[in-house]
Amino acid sequence: MVSLSLWEADIISTVEFNHTGELLATGDKGGRVVIFQREPESKNAPHSQGEYDVYSTFQSHEPEFDYLKSLEIEEKINKIKWLPQQNAAHSLLSTNDKTIKLWKITERDKRPEGYNLKDEEGKLKDLSTVTSLQVPVLKPMDLMVEVSPRRVFANGHTYHINSISVNSDCETYMSADDLRINLWHLAITDRSFNIVDIKPANMEDLTEVITASEFHPHHCNLFVYSSSKGSLRLCDMRAAALCDKHSKLFEEPEDPSNRSFFSEIISSVSDVKFSHSGRYMLTRDYLTVKVWDLNMEARPIETYQVHDYLRSKLCSLYENDCIFDKFECAWNGSDSVIMTGAYNNFFRMFDRNTKRDVTLEASRESSKPRAVLKPRRVCVGGKRRRDDISVDSLDFTKKILHTAWHPAENIIAIAATNNLYIFQDKVNSEMH
Amino acid sequence: MMLSKGLKRKREEEEEEKESLAVDAWWLDPGHPAVAQAPPAAASSSLFDLSVLKLHHSLRQSEPDLRHLVLVVNTLRRIQASMAPAAALPPVPSPPAASGVADNLLASSDAALSASMASLLEDLSHIEGLSQAPQPLADEGPPGRPTGGASPGLGALDLLGPATGCLLDDGFEGLFEDIDTSMYDSELWAPASEGLKPGPEDGPGKEEAPELDEAELDYLMDVLVGTQALERPPGPGR
Repeated sequence: MVSLSLWEADIISTVEFNHTGELLATGDKGGRVVIFQREPESKNAPHSQGEYDVYSTFQSHEPEFDYLKSLEIEEKINKIKWLPQQNAAHSLLSTNDKTIKLWKITERDKRPEGYNLKDEEGKLKDLSTVTSLQVPVLKPMDLMVEVSPRRVFANGHTYHINSISVNSDCETYMSADDLRINLWHLAITDRSFNIVDIKPANMEDLTEVITASEFHPHHCNLFVYSSSKGSLRLCDMRAAALCDKHSKLFEEPEDPSNRSFFSEIISSVSDVKFSHSGRYMLTRDYLTVKVWDLNMEARPIETYQVHDYLRSKLCSLYENDCIFDKFECAWNGSDSVIMTGAYNNFFRMFDRNTKRDVTLEASRESSKPRAVLKPRRVCVGGKRRRDDISVDSLDFTKKILHTAWHPAENIIAIAATNNLYIFQDKVNSEMH
Repeated sequence: MMLSKGLKRKREEEEEEKESLAVDAWWLDPGHPAVAQAPPAAASSSLFDLSVLKLHHSLRQSEPDLRHLVLVVNTLRRIQASMAPAAALPPVPSPPAASGVADNLLASSDAALSASMASLLEDLSHIEGLSQAPQPLADEGPPGRPTGGASPGLGALDLLGPATGCLLDDGFEGLFEDIDTSMYDSELWAPASEGLKPGPEDGPGKEEAPELDEAELDYLMDVLVGTQALERPPGPGR
């Protein structure tokens, strides 16, 4: 693995590649979106082949004040999702806790010159000086990237939005908060359809919240949502207008030997992602990542331990609230490798075919440009190798919550608090 | 009674919480001989206290994280269920390090905890700027406390009133510390008052009912309507 690039910003809260991988968007705690673009590989500068550079930066959300409830609404960007590109422009959805916005990103690299009625600065010409007509000509100019808000989808959510997902029909998308999921049409901002509502009639019966949701990549009628109790519900929008009755419920029975007061908290699913193929789902809970087959509801087909050495530390992690951290997970383009973040700026990758896994670190010290990333190891007592880190010296403030994988190549984006790392595997560029 | 400023008070309370967590952290250390050999009951009780503190802290946020809240409450219920034989009894003397909050919640039933949490969750959209805390509702009757309705804010105030004394260190007064009460404290119409000295010592001390003449009434109206700045009220006989 070769480390390529590093940017420092505000605390990054979301990372997302677009469908071709040419663009990478990040959202941060200050409501800003920064888009990176991959430079085309050129023979002139072989060393900067395919590196990502800043393409555009804009303020997506501002802090707001809800006067009715006397509450401040954070501008932090919770999620960004790209729309499939349908013309020369790029579009993305960005959301904070309450409001989703559709942004259009266009390029301008030509400028018309030679107007008849106005001069270069745009001022009206004195007509008496105009003696002949000319046809304005498009002249090249320095590339300008323009971003404009096209839609604002507001007032759809009482609770905090945790997910957005664009439908494969490219016309609709869904947004999920703690208790409800809404379906929007991309062109209509003044209404949305509520498709899931788990708010109980009596709030005293509330025992479960929605933690993540996603549309199926190919079947526009199917979507999944995960809960704080560790279950997944696959819903079919053709079956009913209100999808409170799931089509399938995916739940693994509790392991009696591992039972503790914290069983429910650590089973809470923090992220769910369909595989590119649409056959599987990937979930992340506090200690594991699991692969589920859509045809088998009883249990996951694969379970990978992210940091099982934390199992004996759950009490401390409950006390300092780390047990509530929400890690994301990601598939590679061929669905053969899965990745997720951990503590101490470590991130983990699991090869589903070879069953091998690796722990890597995203840090300045270990990421010199063109250097090879060295696998790390956490030791739990017993034999300790030279570069091992002991469990007790892990830094729990350095958490990698947000990661993204290029849709086709071995390029990953890792958000480590306020630093963005982009790693590219030069040796194994092709998917296998 | 001395009232401290609202913000300062909250920070002090949080610092006290952090302090108590740091001091009590010994029971979190699995290597600690006392913890390793401790009977499950002691560990459960400490976890219970911790969970109650977390719930308290979570509910005090202006907009609590619902997921965090639900997970903490469910964990609290699990712990309580495992302590059931002890928790169902009238107030059990808790470990000396436990806060008053935990004492009261140990004494309350699970239904009361659900009810208080539920009603507070219900009020999340309605309550403005009031600190929220779990309440022992043992003396409040069935959990069907009206939540919505015409004045949900007032409903919450009623709830927080009598029972709050033990939970808010500065009692009921603490809820209103950021409201300017100088208007209500000053004795505008007491003929013998020295001016606008706020404070209870001026009020309750008066034995005579103050008498208002027309000029004073007019003056009062002007002040209330805001056309006149507050100044020394006219003396008697004008």
